Order: sequence, then C-alpha cells, then structure tokens
Amino acid sequence: MSILVDDDTRVLVQGITGSEGRFHTGGMLEYGTNVVAGAVPGRGGTEVDGVPVFDTVDAAVAETDANASVVFVPPAFAGDALFEALDSELDLVVAITEGIPTQDMSRVYRRLRETETTMIGPNCPGLITPGSAKLGILPGNIFAEGSVGLVSRSGTLTYQVVDNLTARGVGQSTAVGIGGDPIIGSNFIDLLRAFEADPATEAVVMCGEIGGEAEERAARFIDEEMDTPVVGFIAGRTAPPGKRMGHAGAIVSGGGATGTAQSKIDALGAAGVPVGKTPDEVAELAADLV
Amino acid sequence: MKLHEYQAKGLFAEAGIPTPTFKLASTVDEVVAAAEEIGYPVAIKAQVQVGGRGKAGGIKLVDDEAEAREAAESILGMDLKGYAVDRVIVEGAVDFVDELYVGITMDREAGRPVIMASTEGGVDIEAVAERDPDAITRVHVDPAFGLHPYQARRAAYGAGMDADIAGDAAKVIQTLWTLYSNRDASEIEINPLMVTSDREVIAADAVMNIDEDALFRQAELAEMEDEATGDTLERQASGVGLDYVRLSGNVGIIGNGAGLVMTTLDLVDHYGGSPANFLDIGGGARAETVKNALELVFADENADAVVFNIFGGITRGDEVAQGINEAIAAFDELPKPVVVRIAGTKAEEGRELLNAERLIVADTLEDAVQKAVNAAQEVAA
Repeated sequence: MSILVDDDTRVLVQGITGSEGRFHTGGMLEYGTNVVAGAVPGRGGTEVDGVPVFDTVDAAVAETDANASVVFVPPAFAGDALFEALDSELDLVVAITEGIPTQDMSRVYRRLRETETTMIGPNCPGLITPGSAKLGILPGNIFAEGSVGLVSRSGTLTYQVVDNLTARGVGQSTAVGIGGDPIIGSNFIDLLRAFEADPATEAVVMCGEIGGEAEERAARFIDEEMDTPVVGFIAGRTAPPGKRMGHAGAIVSGGGATGTAQSKIDALGAAGVPVGKTPDEVAELAADLV
Repeated sequence: MKLHEYQAKGLFAEAGIPTPTFKLASTVDEVVAAAEEIGYPVAIKAQVQVGGRGKAGGIKLVDDEAEAREAAESILGMDLKGYAVDRVIVEGAVDFVDELYVGITMDREAGRPVIMASTEGGVDIEAVAERDPDAITRVHVDPAFGLHPYQARRAAYGAGMDADIAGDAAKVIQTLWTLYSNRDASEIEINPLMVTSDREVIAADAVMNIDEDALFRQAELAEMEDEATGDTLERQASGVGLDYVRLSGNVGIIGNGAGLVMTTLDLVDHYGGSPANFLDIGGGARAETVKNALELVFADENADAVVFNIFGGITRGDEVAQGINEAIAAFDELPKPVVVRIAGTKAEEGRELLNAERLIVADTLEDAVQKAVNAAQEVAA
C-alpha cells in the first residue's frame, strides 16, 4: 500500500513537449510509471517517447482514461493549465512548475476547493511510491521500498533525508514534496491524514521550513488525530526576518514573531514529535520507529 | 521585491490616494531646495529597505533651512542597519489628529487575500496584532470576484473608524485593492493613514511589495527592481539570476535547492560557524553558474571559507564536478578555501573527478560543514 499513487495510476503530462516535460517523462517511464498521454496545445497527434500527445487535456482523458496529471507548463501559462486539469475531474494533479504568480495560485486554489481533485504543488518535486510509480522529477534511484512516509516542503532537502534513510536501511512507503510556495494544493495535514490511513506506513518524516503556520497546524493535528509516530525536521533556524530564502513561502515576517523555526520546533515538541537537528539525525530517529 | 517608499507613494498618488507633496533628493542642496518649494515644516526620510527608520535616526522633522541642512547632512550617507543612505524624500509635514492603518496581504493558510484595517496606526502593526488581535479587522476577499465595495466599508467601519472618516478610508482601501491586483502586489499597506485636522485622510507612508514571480507581466515595476534592491552583492546576484541573500557570518554557502541550502546554513551554525550568505544555484551546475556563484562569495569580505553542497538529483554528480573544475580554472588562485560535497546520482564518480589539489573534498554534509567551519576559523586566526 501507499498513498495517492500506485501501479494503477494513469499519468498525463501537461507540457510534455517542453525540454523539462520531455526529459522527466523519460525519467518517469524509466522508473516504470504508467505515462499514458501528453497534452500540449497545437501538438496533438505527435508522440514523445511513444506517448501520444493531445491538444487538450479533455481529449487526452477521453482517449486514454488518464486519472492523474503532472504539469510542467511554464509559469506564465501554468495557472491556465491547472484550471484545465481541474476541469477534467482527475484524481490527482501534480504541479511541478516553479514561479507561478501567487495571485494566479489564489484563483486556482479557489477553484480546487470546488472539486474532488487532490493537488500537489506547485513548485515541488512531485511524489513517488518506490517500486511503483513516480510523478515528477525526483531521482528514483535514491529511494527504497519500505514503511516510512515522507512529506516535505523542499526538493533537495527531501533527497538528502531520503538518502540518509536509505543508507540506514529504512525504505519509504510514499514520499511527497508539497512545494515551497505560499499557496499550495495540499498541505502537511492533508498528507499526514493520508499516511495515518495507510496501513503500510508505520512512521512519518515531516520536513518543514520557516514561513507561514503550516507546521504549527500540523503539530496540532498530529497531537489530536494521529497514532502513527512522526519525526520532524525544520530548515531555516538561522534565517533572518524579512528575507525570502529561495522559496517564495520561506520568509519569516518582518517582526520575526511568526513563521520562525523556533515556533515550529516548539509546536512539534509540544505534540510529542522529536525534531532532528540534522538530516541524518532525522533518519536515525525514524530508523528507531520501524 | 520591496519598492522604496518614494516608488510606492508615486504609484499610490497616481492611483488617486491622497499623499503629502514629496520630492526625491540626493544632496543637501537638493533637500533644501525641495523644502523651500514644499514649504516648512517638512519631513526628511531616508530611502532604504529597512524597518524602524525613525528610531534609527533616518527620519527627521525640520522647521527651517538650518535644521533641514543639518538633518540632510546627518541622514545622507549614513549607515542605516547596514544600508548606505544615498537618497531621501522631502515631504510636507502633515498636521494630523489621528493615525489609522490599512493594508492588504495574502493569507496563505486561506489561500486568499485579506484586507486589514485598524484605528491603531502609526506603530508596528505586527506588535498590535500580537498584543491585541481584535484591534485589527480582517476581511477576506474571494479571488474569483475581487473586492466588493461593501467589504471595504465593512473593514473601515468594522475597525471602529469615525463615521466621517470611514467612507474615505473605504475608498482608499478600494484603490489599494486595484493596485494590489493589477500590479501583482504581495503586500501593500499604509501605516499610518493620517487623519488631518481638516478631517481628510492622507497616506503618510507607503509600503508595496511585488510578487517577484509576476515581474514578467509587470514591465514598469521590473524596471524599478534594480533601484529597489539594496545590497550591492544582492544586486549583482540578481543580475546573473542567482538566488542570494547576504548575511553577516564567516562561512560562505553555495548549494542547490532552497530547503537544502537553508539546512546547510543551520548546520554551519550548529557546528560553531556563522553563515555569510544564502545562495541557491538551482538545478544543474553549469560551469558558468558555478563561477558566478563563487565570484559572489569570494567578493564577500566577511566570508573566510566556502562550503559547496550539491545534492545531484536529476543533475549528475560527475557533471557537477566538471562544472566546478571548469569554474575554478577561471581563478589563478582561490582566494578562500572551498569545501565541496557532492551527493546523490553519480556522486562517487563526481568526487573522484574533483580537483583535490585546489579543493577540499568532503564525503557527507556534516563532514563538509565541519571542514568549512574549521577552515574559516584557520583563515581568521
């Protein structure tokens, strides 16, 4: 078992003919992901790596029964692409695109709430169920099948922690990068709830970072509604207030009162979640739980 | 991207929000000339991107030419929290009886913009929010519909503004909303929105931050970017497309991916060093990018050593190593010790390729950070 993606996931790639889309479609196919279609306006009738391309998402879904989309469309057009995906009532939409204007995402998020679709991202590496399927740009070779669920706001930090886990012989059930933007389709709580319901997930690693209050809310959720043990990590302890640290969402507000690493570490601690000081310490804590 | 006060105020005035008369000046004589034209008393305000300008001596109210001259001499050229002041605005002093607050920001948890209004303007609004959350009225805006006029009124009246003022304040809020949505602002606020003795509202300050991800469709604002960015090295970094934040420590940090770079900063601190910067070179590691990144960190006199931490996900470790080797070939001599750690795909091949005569090669993240912290201490000693 796993969450969100498995061997039955039928993947559509929006933006499959761009350099990113083309490259990572190859990577997904190589990993064994069932990529059934691509969608790019004006490119219908062509193929990428043997995958048929359609002009619209609507046509791609009608022809191939795709139930998930991975979006590589450039930022200026990504909002439109996400509306298009949501209109086709897919189970899952994974937005890889980095740099979508926040006000566009605000409108997409408003629309998302009206649908049954789960959205991951944007500005995320995607998600992977080791041994089954990867949707996105994660390097498949560092993952191993196992029972630790992982949810993170950051891409390469996810890889670092996974590397430490795998090196300690700890495999993963599903790993999800939820993205570093201020507005994202799924937050920590959405994923924690899914891991809690997954019998194959015995423990969860949650990697947060400065900015916003998502980690504090997640801590309350863990305290009140989870039996599955959780290990935490928070990046950005040394970040000064008012400076955006790469991710649009990673900024401690000017006053420094909210969104700090300390407030997140304290909230997790109060919920009984041990917080590792280094990625390897996180892996060590997780190894003790499975 | 934060606009300077004069830039934001210019946009506010153009949109029809009442503002004091103001002029930009960069010399003492210009300040005096502007003050004569506007008429004393005037406020002289440093144009730098830091909060608490007043307390730090960057804002002065003057009544005559002698005072204006003295204030201009002290403010122009001063170092305000690490930023050199090269421009001030001179603006007509407002005879006010009350100070309000109005602003719009994105409530990221709700995924919607939120209007904020309060009668407790003129002070740090975040402190107000913490001390007395009820002192600020919040009205969320549905992004599908935009701000309805009644919502602007609800914010103003709800905050308890006087009846003869609330209507005008609501109009200001409505105009702020137009600017916020048309200009892709991430934050916009007037603090204080002053109430004059004639019972008019006037924007005495102006804050406007623009969503950097939307600059591609905000050509006019994108041109303001160069002027708005404060630190020289940060400006240089944005010129070559690197995500760089200057800090004040002794260990320079270069890596790929925001979360991992932040983690590297934290580890430097954890092992007794202090981060000199945040620098994310993003995916890939072409020699050109690596060279630009190294040049930036080499130019920072505070940084005594550099740690280069790359997790090759999709990017292969051997390609990263080649990029680094090519990049350092451009320097006759490396001015600071550089520790390199490559992990992930083809990491071992990468490590073997690295020029170990010029670089310090590390195996793990922890090892790399400790080596860099030690190297920085040795250089300083």
